[in-house]
Amino acid sequence: MSYIAKSKFHHPKLPVNDLGLTRRDYEGPLSTLCAGCGHDSISAAIIQACHEVSIEPHKVAKLSGIGCSSKTPTYYLDKSHGFNSVHGRMPSIATGANVANKDLLYIGMSGDGDTASIGLGQFSHVVRRKLNMVYIVANNGTYGLTKGQNSAMTDLGSKNKKGVENPFDAIDIASLALQLGATFVARSFSGDKDQLVPLLKAAMAHNGFALIDCLSPCVTFNNHVGSTKSYDYVRDHNETLNRTDFVPMKEEIVTHYEPGSSREVCLHDGSVLHLHKLDDEYDTSDRVAALHYLQRKQHEGKVLTGLLYVNTDTPDLHEITNTVDKPLNQLVEADLCPGNAALQSINESLR
Amino acid sequence: MDCQWACPAHTPVPEYIRLIAQKRYTDAYMVNWQSNVFPGILGRTCDRPCEPACRRGRTEEEPVAICRLKRVTADNKGDMTLVLPTADASNGKRIACIGAGPASLTVARDLSLLGYEVVVYDSGKKGGGMMLSQIPSFRLPESVIDEEVGFILKQGVVTHFNSEITSMKSMLDKNYDAVFVGTGAPRGRGLEIPGRAEASANIHTGIEWLANVTFEHVDSIGKRVIVLGGGNTAMDCCRTARRLGGEDVKVVVRSGFDEMKASPWEKDDALMEDIPILNYHVPKSCILDGGKLVGLQFELVKAEYDKSGRRSLVPTGEPDVTIECDDVLIAIGQENSFPWIEKDIGIEFNQWDMPVVDDVTLRSSHESVFFGGDSSFGPKNIISAVGQGHQAAISIDLYCQGQSLIERPAPGVNLTSQKMGVHEWSYDNGISHEERFAVPHADKTETLKNLTLEVELGFDEQLAFDEAKRCLNCDVQTVFTEALCYECDSCMDVCPTSCINFTENGKEKELRPRLIIPAENTEQPLLVSEALKTGRVMVKDEDLCLHCGLCAERCPTNAWDMQKFIYQEAQAGKTCAQ
Repeated sequence: MSYIAKSKFHHPKLPVNDLGLTRRDYEGPLSTLCAGCGHDSISAAIIQACHEVSIEPHKVAKLSGIGCSSKTPTYYLDKSHGFNSVHGRMPSIATGANVANKDLLYIGMSGDGDTASIGLGQFSHVVRRKLNMVYIVANNGTYGLTKGQNSAMTDLGSKNKKGVENPFDAIDIASLALQLGATFVARSFSGDKDQLVPLLKAAMAHNGFALIDCLSPCVTFNNHVGSTKSYDYVRDHNETLNRTDFVPMKEEIVTHYEPGSSREVCLHDGSVLHLHKLDDEYDTSDRVAALHYLQRKQHEGKVLTGLLYVNTDTPDLHEITNTVDKPLNQLVEADLCPGNAALQSINESLR
Repeated sequence: MDCQWACPAHTPVPEYIRLIAQKRYTDAYMVNWQSNVFPGILGRTCDRPCEPACRRGRTEEEPVAICRLKRVTADNKGDMTLVLPTADASNGKRIACIGAGPASLTVARDLSLLGYEVVVYDSGKKGGGMMLSQIPSFRLPESVIDEEVGFILKQGVVTHFNSEITSMKSMLDKNYDAVFVGTGAPRGRGLEIPGRAEASANIHTGIEWLANVTFEHVDSIGKRVIVLGGGNTAMDCCRTARRLGGEDVKVVVRSGFDEMKASPWEKDDALMEDIPILNYHVPKSCILDGGKLVGLQFELVKAEYDKSGRRSLVPTGEPDVTIECDDVLIAIGQENSFPWIEKDIGIEFNQWDMPVVDDVTLRSSHESVFFGGDSSFGPKNIISAVGQGHQAAISIDLYCQGQSLIERPAPGVNLTSQKMGVHEWSYDNGISHEERFAVPHADKTETLKNLTLEVELGFDEQLAFDEAKRCLNCDVQTVFTEALCYECDSCMDVCPTSCINFTENGKEKELRPRLIIPAENTEQPLLVSEALKTGRVMVKDEDLCLHCGLCAERCPTNAWDMQKFIYQEAQAGKTCAQ
């Protein structure tokens, strides 16, 4: 880790967003992760995305469990709410917080261990319940914080730092999320911000559970020859499904694409996602086909990245459970105990 | 290293500032002494071309107080007899230096160390030239001049003071191996307005008057004084007048306040001593009463600019202004004067009556006569004179050794890694966010009463340390090795000033505007790497780099390293002064 603080000097021409904030206003303190960690690039992508869409920092809650990935929220959005929870239990905390205050944007940051090992049960249920949140898996395929053991998402046959192959099959978190009913599923790579930032913006605008499985090399324990999560391996095997342009609601759409090569997805808040398809056959609204395609590419040894599936019509947890419009934490005693007259009226309606 | 480059003597600024922070004042003084010869003098009086170049002025408003930190080295240095070099054994060559100002003394220092016998002639009673005669001692105490001139003279320089040279021909007849002329620009420019001759008893030429004050021929002036002119000499005149009895002292200039030639800080110092500066006033005539000067009449003008941006001062049409006064000091410029150089001895003069001098070698059309300082290309400043003195010394050395003057010695350069540990560097890479510290001044009521009481007290050790910490270590370069980079973006993400980009390559003109922050300062070159694995290139815009080393600290592969670039300007006889 560095012993000096990052200087607060910034470039005088650093762009300001609609709120008058620069990207520096969305940063956190200097990272203590290993130099070159993919997670730091994800942090930078989150900072860039939040700055570009002018989110008010105090309207964001960042949540995490345990692990290198879960240390990461410290290093971005230091003016936002944060909760570093118990190992694998971030989904419960996120659910509780979201149920209480649905006005915030919830960004969950987890890792392959926190999500797919100890947290797999919690993960499954938060997907199934369609909680409105962005769930990022910083996926480095190893337990970096405990010095490089194989994780539940280490690929079969991937070699650890000592050259031993992993004998077990990996959990594919994107396929699992598709099966369990996630309405926004993407995979990306920390080393490709051009792809990651628009996906993050779209996931933040999406109403429902949005998963981004983000490959994020561990430079200390899993960036060697033989690893399937190294910078070189991911770059060599990356098959990009599509490129996305995120156009916020307030901006006029000026770009035009060849017919058939692009598709527009209108998101809940009125913003639009342009998908430049690199594979004409693929349809991001077909869940079954997405599952099949993902499995096929995996079988071919490819790392499929891009927006895999999006569905903007499915209700989220609040709509399903029919909660009141007002966030629950803003309900006062008068709302919750409406008095004898209201009770009598309810009783009357049931007679 | 914009500061070092801007300095005419190429003083390694960040290097000595770091030494100050380490309290190694003597070492810091010697770094200066090697380059600029007069750290104590320049630390009080330099025109500071380094400061506008300082990168700190781009990251915030004010540059590092480089000049006043230089004074700290002089104020706190230890026993100089232990560190000053001694002259080599005589090489049998004899050099004459005419004038004992900064240019001549620089030549004397450089050449006497190499074993030359240097003989200095000056009309004054001791060395220092205009530094002694024209700069008031409340800005530059005489003891500081004496000490630093003394260092040079003690190297075995022969001096002939109180001996004005009246004939170059007879000087050449003395058969020196070379002659260096460093006689400055000794004549104050005059002003011809109606009534000037009649009022001459109360109208004085600035630099002559200042010299007369220094040498105690003048010790008073009228209560109401007008100083004409907007340069640093005018500032020295008005402040000196305040100390000799001037109660109502005004500076009156033709130009606008902002276009005045005086350094901003010298204008500030004058204003602080209750001296108003009236601009856009052109002197028109002297007003006399019974043959005695009682005031000056001024025409009011305004600045107008033509299409090419050239300024002209045109009358506003308002009625003329009369300012009452007892004395007038004229400080509207200086001129060169060479009545003592015969025109038939092989030294050519140009149409402006200036010697024809090569701007690199400083040799005149006479093969053994060299010029430097104000006498070569007109009035400039001390540090330029020192820079030219070094170049003239190189030329004289080459000439006396029978070598070509065109093949100049190369500077000493070196690039060394500062890495000491994983995240440890041999320089302090933390960034201070302090604003520029002001130099404390002595109490005004005291300084205005005393002609020799120095106004500036200088930084004390703590202030010097705090100010030194503001330096951004621009000599510690970010060095990038393409082969080691696997494009994790960490350096780009961590850079506080968004200098680093990973992007598609392109022609510079097309590349500059599409960086994260468009690189608009075209004077700062871009660092563009070879193609990386993904085909992109790394592009670094140096303009606002803080040299904090975080790019190197966050780099997992040491593709970035912080390496100190040492640049030592060549001096006579050696490329590396140490």
